[in-house]
Amino acid sequence: MLDPYKIREDFPILKRKINNHPLIYFDNAATTQKPRQVIGAIREFYEKYNANVHRGVHTLSQEASELYENAHEEVAKFINADGTEEIIFVRGTTEAINLVAYAWGLRNLKGEDEVLVTLMEHHSNIVPWELLSKINGFQVRYVDVNPDGTLNYEAFGNAISEKTRIVCMSHVSNVTGAINDVKKVAKMAHEYGALVLVDGAQSVPHLPVDVKDLDVDFFAFSGHKMLGPTGIGALYGKREILMEMEPFHGGGEMIRDVTFNTITRRCSISWNDLPWKFEAGTPNICGGVGLMAAVKYLRSIGMENVKEHEETLTEHAMHRTQECGKVKIYGPRDASVKCGIIPFNVDGLSSHDVALFLDGYGIMVRSGFHCAQPLHEVFKLKSSARVSFYIYNTREEIDRFVEVLKEIERI
Amino acid sequence: MGAIEDYVARIEETCGEERDFVVVFKYDKKGEVMAKILQKAKVEKSISRIIFELTFKDVSFRLYGTGKAIFRNLKDKDELKNVLSDLLL
Ligand SMILES: Cc1ncc(COP(=O)(O)O)c(C=O)c1O
Repeated sequence: MLDPYKIREDFPILKRKINNHPLIYFDNAATTQKPRQVIGAIREFYEKYNANVHRGVHTLSQEASELYENAHEEVAKFINADGTEEIIFVRGTTEAINLVAYAWGLRNLKGEDEVLVTLMEHHSNIVPWELLSKINGFQVRYVDVNPDGTLNYEAFGNAISEKTRIVCMSHVSNVTGAINDVKKVAKMAHEYGALVLVDGAQSVPHLPVDVKDLDVDFFAFSGHKMLGPTGIGALYGKREILMEMEPFHGGGEMIRDVTFNTITRRCSISWNDLPWKFEAGTPNICGGVGLMAAVKYLRSIGMENVKEHEETLTEHAMHRTQECGKVKIYGPRDASVKCGIIPFNVDGLSSHDVALFLDGYGIMVRSGFHCAQPLHEVFKLKSSARVSFYIYNTREEIDRFVEVLKEIERI
Repeated sequence: MGAIEDYVARIEETCGEERDFVVVFKYDKKGEVMAKILQKAKVEKSISRIIFELTFKDVSFRLYGTGKAIFRNLKDKDELKNVLSDLLL
């Protein structure tokens, strides 16, 4: 069992008051707060180890390279990948998905091919495919969701065919928190010879993830949503697929040789080993070090405990919000099938009004489409407010939130 | 005469079908802004001086004690800026 009160001591920002009220941070699906351990690792890196990686024989460069490589190793272990070769550091989930779209999709998708995308995706798993389809001319097909926002597996079964080349789906919806059965979808997709790309932005931070057990081909996530710094995330890819792929960006670090032929006056290029082939230019070294500290922090708590804590908070919030007659909640209500994300509206008020009112009481929540406009269209919603919990949130914070909701209802 | 930038820190067009504008006033001008707006606009409703439901020249908006306001049903940012300059300058 996790102790949120003890955990809170590691998060300096939680001592802040906002608008004269203690900060209640319920916008964790957007980004999470950072513990001292992560802040300290970043500081220590710049104070003691800063140098470029893989570029020098000097001691500092060796030390920085070792730290950066260890960070890949830690992330690989965290999601049970087969070592560092399968972990590419990127800016975040968005860049990871774009990497797959352009390094794999550009060369492999054309004409009659189809890309299956669920209607619950974040824009970052929709827009790259739509953009690419305008270049290559393949079809993007959308898989329906059920009225409660969960994935419609029957619709998925109907949509998949021999034409499907890749299935792009989120592991956990950033709007409803619904957890998708990725393993089941991957099995179906592989039967048709399609690859599976999973957006794990909302799963890796909140539940145990084992990419081998899920048997997915690509898995993307962001460091900043799991206690790490912004500007760092990872793409997992199966080694044999990454080996076959051409690079995404070109530049230093990702090449082994660039030889100039004095007769043809052209350069011939050979790629670096995995994962560096996909990490062109000076990477976000310090971000990697910060992400490693975040992963170690989460591992010390235990991801089963993280999941259990969020489930308890979600159950409590679902129960307490029943006292608010004007509050309507969307998505599945059963806390065991979802992560700690609850979208809602208050009758007669826009989601932004709700968020502004809560802000007045130091409670930070998100409002709008949460970058998932198609799902809001399915729900026939103009927008929604969203609370999302993490390891440092408490039942008392939810109680306070419900009290303020009751005041909002009186507007 | 000043400019609305003297009072306004940020303007955010919200995402969502409503396309509201959230105006964040400069922290050190919060009191002055609230006083000016409450003098010029009509207060339709006030809740413990935390929220004011206001109208001004057919534009309805909410002003929050935190120094933020949300404007609804405006055509675009230019219309918002006109309203703000009438209210503040
Ligand atoms: C499900 C999901 N996918 C993708 C993203 C994009 O992540 P990032 O902005 O870190 O690239 C988010 C961020 O909100 C998300 O929730």
